Amino acid sequence: MLRYTINRVLLMIPTLLGVAVLVFFMLRVVPGDVVEIKLRGDGGNVSQETIELERKRMGLDKPFVSQFGDWMIGMATLDLGKSMWTERPVIEEISLRLELSLQVAIMATIIAVLIAIPLGTAAALFRDTWIDYVVRIVTIGGLSIPSFWFGMLIMLTLLGLFNWLPPITFTPIYVDPVANLTQLIWPAMAVGYRYCAVVSRMIRSSLLEVMNEDYIRTARAKGVYEKVVISRHALRNALLPAITVIGLEFTFLIGGLVVTEQVFNLNGIGQLFVQSVSRNDFTLIQGMVMLIAAFYVFVNLIIDLLYAVFDPRIRYE
Amino acid sequence: MVESVLKAKTRNAAPDTEPLLVVDNLHTQFNTSRGIVRAVEGVSFTVKRGEVLAIVGESGSGKSVTALSIMRLLPRQSARISEGRIIFDGRSLLDLSDEQMREIRGRGIAMIFQEPMTSLNPILTIGLQITEPLKIHLGMSDEQARARAVELMGLVGIPDPEGRLDQYPHQFSGGMRQRVMIAIGLACNPKLIIADEPTTALDVTIQAQILELMKDLSRKLNIALIIITHNLGVVARYADRVIVMYAARVAEQGSADAVFHKPRHPYSMGLLRSVPRLDRPRGAKLETIEGLPPNLALAPPGCRFAPRCPYKIAMCEQEPPLFPTDTGGFSRCHRHAEIAAGKITWAAAEGKAVNTVATSVEPLLSVRNLSKHFSVGGRLHKGGVVRAVEDVSFDILPGETLGLVGESGCGKTTVGRLILHLEKPTSGSIRLAGIDLANATAADLKTMRRKVQVIFQDPYSSLNPRMTVGQIIGEPLHVYDIVPDRTKATARIAELLEQVGLRREMAERYPHQLSGGQRQRVGIARALAMEPSFIVCDEAVSALDVSIQGQIINLLEELQRKYGLAYLFIAHDLAVVRHISMRVVVMYFGRIMEVADRDTLYREPLHPYTKVLLDAAPVPDPTIEKGREPRLIKGELPSHLAPPAGCVFNTRCPMATQECREVVPPLEQKKSGHYAACIKV
Repeated sequence: MLRYTINRVLLMIPTLLGVAVLVFFMLRVVPGDVVEIKLRGDGGNVSQETIELERKRMGLDKPFVSQFGDWMIGMATLDLGKSMWTERPVIEEISLRLELSLQVAIMATIIAVLIAIPLGTAAALFRDTWIDYVVRIVTIGGLSIPSFWFGMLIMLTLLGLFNWLPPITFTPIYVDPVANLTQLIWPAMAVGYRYCAVVSRMIRSSLLEVMNEDYIRTARAKGVYEKVVISRHALRNALLPAITVIGLEFTFLIGGLVVTEQVFNLNGIGQLFVQSVSRNDFTLIQGMVMLIAAFYVFVNLIIDLLYAVFDPRIRYE
Repeated sequence: MVESVLKAKTRNAAPDTEPLLVVDNLHTQFNTSRGIVRAVEGVSFTVKRGEVLAIVGESGSGKSVTALSIMRLLPRQSARISEGRIIFDGRSLLDLSDEQMREIRGRGIAMIFQEPMTSLNPILTIGLQITEPLKIHLGMSDEQARARAVELMGLVGIPDPEGRLDQYPHQFSGGMRQRVMIAIGLACNPKLIIADEPTTALDVTIQAQILELMKDLSRKLNIALIIITHNLGVVARYADRVIVMYAARVAEQGSADAVFHKPRHPYSMGLLRSVPRLDRPRGAKLETIEGLPPNLALAPPGCRFAPRCPYKIAMCEQEPPLFPTDTGGFSRCHRHAEIAAGKITWAAAEGKAVNTVATSVEPLLSVRNLSKHFSVGGRLHKGGVVRAVEDVSFDILPGETLGLVGESGCGKTTVGRLILHLEKPTSGSIRLAGIDLANATAADLKTMRRKVQVIFQDPYSSLNPRMTVGQIIGEPLHVYDIVPDRTKATARIAELLEQVGLRREMAERYPHQLSGGQRQRVGIARALAMEPSFIVCDEAVSALDVSIQGQIINLLEELQRKYGLAYLFIAHDLAVVRHISMRVVVMYFGRIMEVADRDTLYREPLHPYTKVLLDAAPVPDPTIEKGREPRLIKGELPSHLAPPAGCVFNTRCPMATQECREVVPPLEQKKSGHYAACIKV
């Protein structure tokens, strides 16, 4: 198991390297230049010389390969460089927003899983009854309603019923949990709805499949209580495929919430992404893509290891 | 261990002579998209304490549904018991609440299922699965339950029970898992165990061990046993009484002796005649029951068997009741008295065996020193090597059938795949009609693929569900440009369908609309479309019912005579192989153990493994079976990752000595044309 984990971690390196090459050279192909946007963006009249000087200062005049080399060397020492716009370290820029995005993702996951397990289970056990139909309507709603629109509904409801809107400044949870939660619970709910719909449909279908397995019949033939048949024998097997979906959805939430963040006025990774792309802030974009890629690979590794924990047939040796 | 269980049992046993289980006029139906299917109709029987009852029938006859009805384990949404009574130990099961019924399951009645590979929960330990009913029904503590589980595992012959308690099902072999299932069944000292095809998925040597164990335990612990099976040999050996089911009804019922020796229903007669048997001379042609069982959604009025019965008379249009017979049983046939008087017998055709004759002495296929090793584990890790096939050599002459028998994991299917060029051999050569496959050109390979065809085991998964029968058969015609013209292709498809005994309208149907036997016929037609000279039949009839199996074997033999085809007939059923083959190769653990022509091999087997195999296969005759000594095979297939040194069979061989553990015996000619790999013979 340990050996397998080490192997997998080592295999992350070529994957991330591939991502680095792709994102670096694709960005250089995109037209536009950070210096021009920064200095002339607001209609300022700046001489070409100043721009060349500025480019030189930022190292943008060097050949691509040597720029790439610098970036790689920086990454090897965990230095992602400085933002070309704010000049602050990329790591600092990201970590400010990551805290918020990560918290929303975690809260959404908790909400989604807590609701999805009973919902999916009920739908499977009462298949083709009114319970199943209600769950089906709710989940199809979750799949088809965009999260940002659901977020707007939440905001309007809060405003209409209580004449209140959540705060827009981010307070870390360890500073003031109440203020923190009153701000973030709403976006977590907005994205959690879709998330919950995806997971509960997964649980429903895999539970339906498991309930037809021979070992469920064996458990009933032993005289096991029906609720134990479901919780111990069926649900534990049915949750395995759901783990994959949960992991993938979770990574999507980091950086994938561009519009929802806008609706709730959150300063998260999604916002930062849009900002840095519109400013052609290459180093920041690269840093974020690398971060999200690393996140994906890492979460997938965790999922695979979780599989081994839950399913004794899977042993990585 | 056995004593303590025994004591517990005698305390529970009531001295009354009342039957333990009474099933009276049971009707079970399913609501399906095709309408109401009456899966069980008017089935009645009783089981006495400690008695072994066998329910025999082909698939769809309602035998499993009867068992699940007793356990009340039918799918709730679609199934309904519409009529009848089930009395177990004085209680009417159909009137119990769900909770009361749950208390009976596992406590009063236990059930063992067909598939040991899927019947245990893969993510729970064996210990948990055995102790679960003990804690629920007997309220045992963790320690008590564990101790009892260890005791039970010892009782069913699982070595090192303490150590294996915390293992998971995938760490057990099929036979060991079925032992675990039996241990679970025995856990709470039930009065009745229902075993639904308990050994169908197991190899013949393991089957013998499991059945011996079940019979032994049921005798010792006075547990009544209902064995549901399609294997008449199993019934003959173990059953006191037999129920023959056909199309949801009881066709015949009686003592095992009566049903086997004096059947009083044409269906039982036909069924007994259509089994290829090891204890009788091979007939020219297998007896079969023509036609197919009726569709239960549109069951015809009158006798259910009449459409397939050779003795049908006008009266058969009326539903026959169960008549008492002269042998003390019951038969659902109007003409049972005529059968008893000997006026009706199933047309005997034992005649002289007609051997298919090889058309040339020049081998069509020549396999020399063939080996195939699979490496286990990825490239990043050090893995073992599985020697699936090791040093295998044989020839097949044109027009000949070579039987290849062995248990699962012996490498017989890999040999077939190597010949089909679906796998590359690790070493050795395969020459087909003089061409060495290893360095054949692409053009040669294409011709070769046309000349060599295959029929697979599972007619359910080997046909593409989205293609019509016509498309499936027609595909090779297009691919190989055999019949380029579209109308001619249609005509050829119709011709091929007729050759395999299907109507030409079948070309429009999809595989799911056909029965298993019909699908296998489609598979044969597809192979024939290529006009092959050689067909690999990989367990081609194993998935089929006895009466259908006979039809397919006869068809294969007929086609062989007509077109001079050569077959490599891969199977685990010795009787079937004996029926169809001219020469037989016996494989074990990747190696050839014995090669001889059929009659020599079955009459005078030399290799101890062949002897063990022949001995383990039960024959459908209670007199022979009940008089037979308990079987001698012990142990299980060794692990492929730790193969035994010396002779691969030495771990299970009754005559193995130290020498066998050191020397790998070569395949030697012991008599003319009779080869065996054993130093003891």
